Amino acid sequence: MKNIFNYNHGTESGTVSKTLNFIIFTTLFLLLSSFSVSANSWEDIRKKAKGQTVYWNAWGGSEEINAYISWVGSRVKEDYGVTLKHVKLASTADAVSRVLAEKAAGRTTNGSVDLIWINGENFAKMKENGLLFGPFTDNLPNFKLVDFNGKPTTLLDFNLPVEGYEAPWGMAKFNFVFDSARVSETPKSIPELLQWSQRHPGRFTYPHVTDFLGSTFIMQALIELTANPEVLNRYVKSKVEFSKVTAPLWSYLNQLHPLLWRSGNSFPSSSSVQQQMLNDSELDIALSFNPSSTSAAIANGSLPESARTFVLKKGTIGNTHFVGIPFNSGSSEGAMIVANFLMSPEAQMQKQNPDIWGDSTVLSITKLSEQHQQKFKALPLGVATLPPEKLGPTQPNPHPDWKNQLGAEWQRRYGQ
Amino acid sequence: MATTIRTVSLLPAFPFLTQLLFLLPIAAGLFGVLLPALGYLPDLGGDQFHFEVFRQLLEHPALLHAVWLTLFSGIAATFISLSLAILLAAMLSRASLSGNKNNKMASLFVIVRRGLIPLIAVPHAAMALGLAFLVAPSGWIVRWFSFLLMGWETPPEWVTVQDPFGLSLILGLVLKETPYLLLMILAALPQIRAQEYIRIGQSLGYGNLRSWLKLVLPQVYPLIRLPVFAVLAFSLSVVDVALILGPSTPPTLSVLILRWIDNPDLSFRFLASAGAVLLLLLTLGALLFWRVSEWLLLQKWRNWLSNGKRGNGNEAHKLAALSGLLLLGTAFLSVLGLAFWSLSLRWPYPHVLPQRWTSRNWERHWSSIQETSFTTLELGVIAVVIALILVVGCLENEQWRRVSFSFRSQWLLYLPLLIPQATFLLGIQILAVRLEMDGTFLLLVWSHLLFVLPYVFLTLADPWRNLDTRFPQIGQCLGASPLRVLFRIKLPLLLKPLLVAAAVGFAVSVSQYLPTLFAGGGRFATLTTEAVSYAAGADRRVIGVYGFLQALFPWIALLLALAIPRWRFRNRASLL
Amino acid sequence: MLKLENISLKIDGNPLFSKLNLEVNAGQVKTVMGPSGCGKSSLLAHLCGTLPSVFQTSGKIILHDKTLDDLPPHERKLGILFQDDLLFPHLSVGENLAFALPAKIRRHERHDKIEQALEEIELSGMHERDPASLSGGQRARVALMRTLLAQPEALLLDEPFSKLDQELRGRFRKLVFAHAVKNSLPTLLVTHDHADAQAAGGDIIAL
Repeated sequence: MKNIFNYNHGTESGTVSKTLNFIIFTTLFLLLSSFSVSANSWEDIRKKAKGQTVYWNAWGGSEEINAYISWVGSRVKEDYGVTLKHVKLASTADAVSRVLAEKAAGRTTNGSVDLIWINGENFAKMKENGLLFGPFTDNLPNFKLVDFNGKPTTLLDFNLPVEGYEAPWGMAKFNFVFDSARVSETPKSIPELLQWSQRHPGRFTYPHVTDFLGSTFIMQALIELTANPEVLNRYVKSKVEFSKVTAPLWSYLNQLHPLLWRSGNSFPSSSSVQQQMLNDSELDIALSFNPSSTSAAIANGSLPESARTFVLKKGTIGNTHFVGIPFNSGSSEGAMIVANFLMSPEAQMQKQNPDIWGDSTVLSITKLSEQHQQKFKALPLGVATLPPEKLGPTQPNPHPDWKNQLGAEWQRRYGQ
Repeated sequence: MATTIRTVSLLPAFPFLTQLLFLLPIAAGLFGVLLPALGYLPDLGGDQFHFEVFRQLLEHPALLHAVWLTLFSGIAATFISLSLAILLAAMLSRASLSGNKNNKMASLFVIVRRGLIPLIAVPHAAMALGLAFLVAPSGWIVRWFSFLLMGWETPPEWVTVQDPFGLSLILGLVLKETPYLLLMILAALPQIRAQEYIRIGQSLGYGNLRSWLKLVLPQVYPLIRLPVFAVLAFSLSVVDVALILGPSTPPTLSVLILRWIDNPDLSFRFLASAGAVLLLLLTLGALLFWRVSEWLLLQKWRNWLSNGKRGNGNEAHKLAALSGLLLLGTAFLSVLGLAFWSLSLRWPYPHVLPQRWTSRNWERHWSSIQETSFTTLELGVIAVVIALILVVGCLENEQWRRVSFSFRSQWLLYLPLLIPQATFLLGIQILAVRLEMDGTFLLLVWSHLLFVLPYVFLTLADPWRNLDTRFPQIGQCLGASPLRVLFRIKLPLLLKPLLVAAAVGFAVSVSQYLPTLFAGGGRFATLTTEAVSYAAGADRRVIGVYGFLQALFPWIALLLALAIPRWRFRNRASLL
Repeated sequence: MLKLENISLKIDGNPLFSKLNLEVNAGQVKTVMGPSGCGKSSLLAHLCGTLPSVFQTSGKIILHDKTLDDLPPHERKLGILFQDDLLFPHLSVGENLAFALPAKIRRHERHDKIEQALEEIELSGMHERDPASLSGGQRARVALMRTLLAQPEALLLDEPFSKLDQELRGRFRKLVFAHAVKNSLPTLLVTHDHADAQAAGGDIIAL
C-alpha cells in the first residue's frame, strides 16, 4: 500500500492521474474487500458466538487453575457475550468417553462438550476417531502470535501433527522438585538419580505409569539411557526394536525400584498425591511438569518454603497442552472465541503469573507489542522457578506408540 | 364406590412404572457393557462378535492378583462389618434392658449408638480421605506419637495406607458399613419382638449375648440379608475408597477397570467392558458363596442353638465396647482431620495442628458452595420424593391387591446396587443421548433414582409390611376410603421409617458421583462432583471443605428424620 | 336386618365352613361359636370385605335389602370391634373419635358430638389425652364409641371382651349390648367363650 501512494505522489498528468486514481481506488477497494473477507469470517464467528454457552470440560483438581478459568469466563462474557461454564473433571477421559458415547448414539449436533483441555494421547485418539471439530485454528486471530519456531510442540503434539484440530494453550516442561531443607545436592542426570537413591533409600518415587507424570518419568529415563533416542519420535517398528531400545531402561528400573519409597512395591496414584507426599516429608524428591508450579504451590501453602526445582543436564521432556472442540459441539463459535482469548497476550500473561497459575506462555514474545513485551518481562519468576536460561534443553515427547507400549511393559513387569 | 375402584385400580401402575423406570436403563446399561465385551462397538471399529477380549482380559498380568484382592477385601469387609454390627446390636439391646441399672457400660453403648448411626451420612470418599490422613505414615496418629514420644524428624517407613493386602481398604469399608448394618438390624428388631425373646432367654438362664445369638439372630438375619448383599456387592465394586486406600500395584478389579476406561487409548474400552462383565460375575459368585456359607453355617449351628450352653452373659462384652469405641473414634478423628485441614493454610509434618490457620479455603469457595449446595439439595429432595411416592405406591399395591412384589422385580430394583457403576452407566448414557435426554435435569433425577429408590425400598419395605394390618382395616370399617386410610393412618404411623428412608435416600443421592457426571453431561455440579474433582488434586484443604459439607448435608437430614417424629409424637407414648 | 345367605369359606381349597345361613334383626344379638381356627374371625373379615385373597368365598351378604359383596370395605357401614382396642396410637382420644365421625358433620357439631360421646363413656375432658395413657377399660370404651360414631348399620364383635379382666368384662359387655339395642343395630358376636355367648342372650350358632 505504501508503494501505491508513493506512485500517486509521483504523478503529475491529470488524465493519467484520473486513470490512476481509478486504479488506485479499485485496488484499494479490492484490497480492503479481500481483507474484509477474512475479517468477516471472524466477525461471523463473533456474531454467532454471542449468547452461546460453552461447556469447557477441564481437569478440576487445582484451585488456581479453576480460579483462572473462572476469570477467563468473566472476560469472554464481557468482551464477547459468551457464557463459559467449567465442567470440572477428575479425569479428562470422562469427557472423551462422553463424546464417544454421543457419537455411538448418533448425536452429531448439540453435544454436551464444547471445549476440552487435551494433549498427547487424548488428542491422538480423539482425532483418530473423528471426535474433533476442525481444522479451526487458522480462523483465530491470536493463533499467529504463537511461537511456532521456538516452541515446535505447538504444532507437533507428541510428534503428531496438530493440523489445526487443537489450539495451543500452555507449555509444560518436565522438572524435579526437592525440599532444600533436606536435600543439599541434586542429581544432574538419570544415572546420578540412581546414585542419589542409593544414598537416600526410600526418599524418592514416581507416580504410577497410569498417571501422565509417571509415564513421562519413564520416557525421560529412556531418552537418556537408550543409545539412539531419535527412534522414539516415530512408531515402534517391531517387538525386537522395542526390546532392544528399552533394555537399558528396564535394567535401570530394576536397580532403582528397591531404592524407592516402599521399595517400589507401591506407587503414588497421581502427581498430586506425590506432591502431597513431598509436603508430608514422606519424600525428598518429587516430579513436576510445570517449572513454576512449585513456586505457586509454595505461595498457596501446599509445599514448604524450602521447596526448589532442578532439571537434568542433557535436558528434559517438554510439550504443549491444548484445547480442542468436539465434532458435535453446538457452540463451536463460542468455543473458538474462548480458544482465541486463551491465546491472547492478556490471558497468557495472566496465566504465566506464578501468583495466579504459573503456566508458561505459548506465544512468541517478539511478535507482541512493545507494551505487552514489557509486561511479560516484568512478570515475577517465582521463588522456586528456574530462569529460562537454566531450564536446559527441551526434548520432544516420544511418539504415543512408545508411551503405550512402555506402559504395558511396565505393568507386566512391576504392576503385579 | 367408583372413586375407590379407581384409586385402587390405579395402584398396579406403580410397580409397573417402577419396573419400567428400572428395566430400560438397566437393559441399556447391561447391553452397553456386554456388547463391547464381546467385541462389538462399531464406533471403535468393533463390528464382529468374538471372545478375543475375554482372552485378552484373562491373560492380563495384573488380573489374577486383582481378582484375589477384590474378593478378599470385599468379603472380609462385609464379614467384619456384619460381625461388628451383630455384636454391637446385641450389646445395645442389653444396654436398653439394663438401662435403669445406671450401668456405666450401658451408657457407653448408648454413646456408641448415638455416634455411629450418623456415620451413615458421611460419604465413603470423604471418610476414606480422612482415614488416609489419619493412618498414613506421615498422618495424624504418627504425628501425635512423634510429638509425644518419639520425635521422628521424617515419617517412619511404615506401610499403612495402600498396603498390599488391602487392609486399610477393608478398614475404610468397615467404618462405613458397620453403622449401616447396625441401623438395619436395629430397625428390624421391633418386628420380631427381640426384647421379649431376650427376656425369655435370660429367664432360661442364657447370657445376654447367647440369648441374642441363639434366639434373635436367626430371626433377624433373614430380614437384613438384602442389606448384607448390598454391602457385599458395594464392597466388591467400590471405586473411590479403593483408589484412596487400596493398593495400586495391582489395584482391585474395579480400579483396574477405571484405569482402562481412563486410558486415552479408546480401544481399552473393550477390555474395560469385559472387566465389568467379570466383576459382575464375581459379584454374583460372591453372593452365591455367601449364601452357601450361610447355609453351611446354619447346618453346623443348628446343634449349637439347642446344645444348652448358656455362657455367663459377659463374654465379648469388652470386645464389643472396645471395637465400638475404636470404630467411633477412628471415624470421628477422620472427619475432624478433614475439618482441620479445611481451616489450615499450612500443616506440614510433624505438626500435630495446623501451622497456619485460615478461613481462605472457605471464602474462596463460598459462591461455588452456595451454587453446588443448592443443586445437591434440589436433586436429592426431588429424587427422594419421587422414590417415596413410587415405593409407597408399590407397597400399597402389594397390600390392597394382596399380591406380593415378585421376587424377580425386587431383584430388578437391587440390580443397580449390584452392577459396577462405571461401565453400566456408559450404556445408559448412550440410551440417554438417543432419547435426546442427556444433560437434562430429568435424566439426572432418573439416574439418581436408580440408586436412591432401592435404598428407600430396602429401608421402608419391612416396617411397611409389618404394620399391624388391623389398623388400616379398622379405619376402613369406620368408613375411611383407601386414600384417607393412607394419609390419616398409615403414613403418620410410619412417619419415622418414612423419614429415615428419606434421609438414607438423600444421603445416597448426595454421594452419587458417576451418575451425576454421566447423566448430567457434566452440566450439573454438586458437592460431590466438586469434591471428587478436587480429590484428584489431592489438596486436603479443599477436600476438607467439600468433604465436610458433603458429610454435613445428609447428617442434618438424618438428624431431622430422627427428631421430627420425636417432636410430632412427643405426647404419644406408644410411638416414641 | 343383616342376612347371610349360603356363605362358604375355603382356604387353598380346604373348606372352613359351608352354606352358613343367618339372619340378625335390628337390636338383636346372635352369636357364632367355635374353637380357634374354625374360621369365625375370617367370617367377620369377609363381612367387612377385608379378607385376604388366599380365601375363596361364596354366598351373599345382605344388609337392609342391600347386597354388600361388591362394595369396598369403607362403604359397607359395618362397625367392628376387635379383641384389641386398636386405638390409633398417633391420634389423641378425641381425634380417634373424630376420625370415625362422617365428614358431612361440620365443625361445631363435630366438637359437640365428640364431647357428648366422651361424656357418655365417662371420659369427659380427655379429648387431648394420649390413648396410651388410658386404662384398659377406658380404651375399650373409646373403641366402642369410635365404632358407633361412624354410624354403622350393623355391629360385628370379634371377641372384644376376651382381653378384659372379669369385672370389667361384665360391665363392658353390658355397655356394648345396651348400645346395640339403643341404636337398633343387628349385632353379630363371634366368640369361643360361653359366658359371652350367654350374656348376648340371642341364638347361638356353632361352627
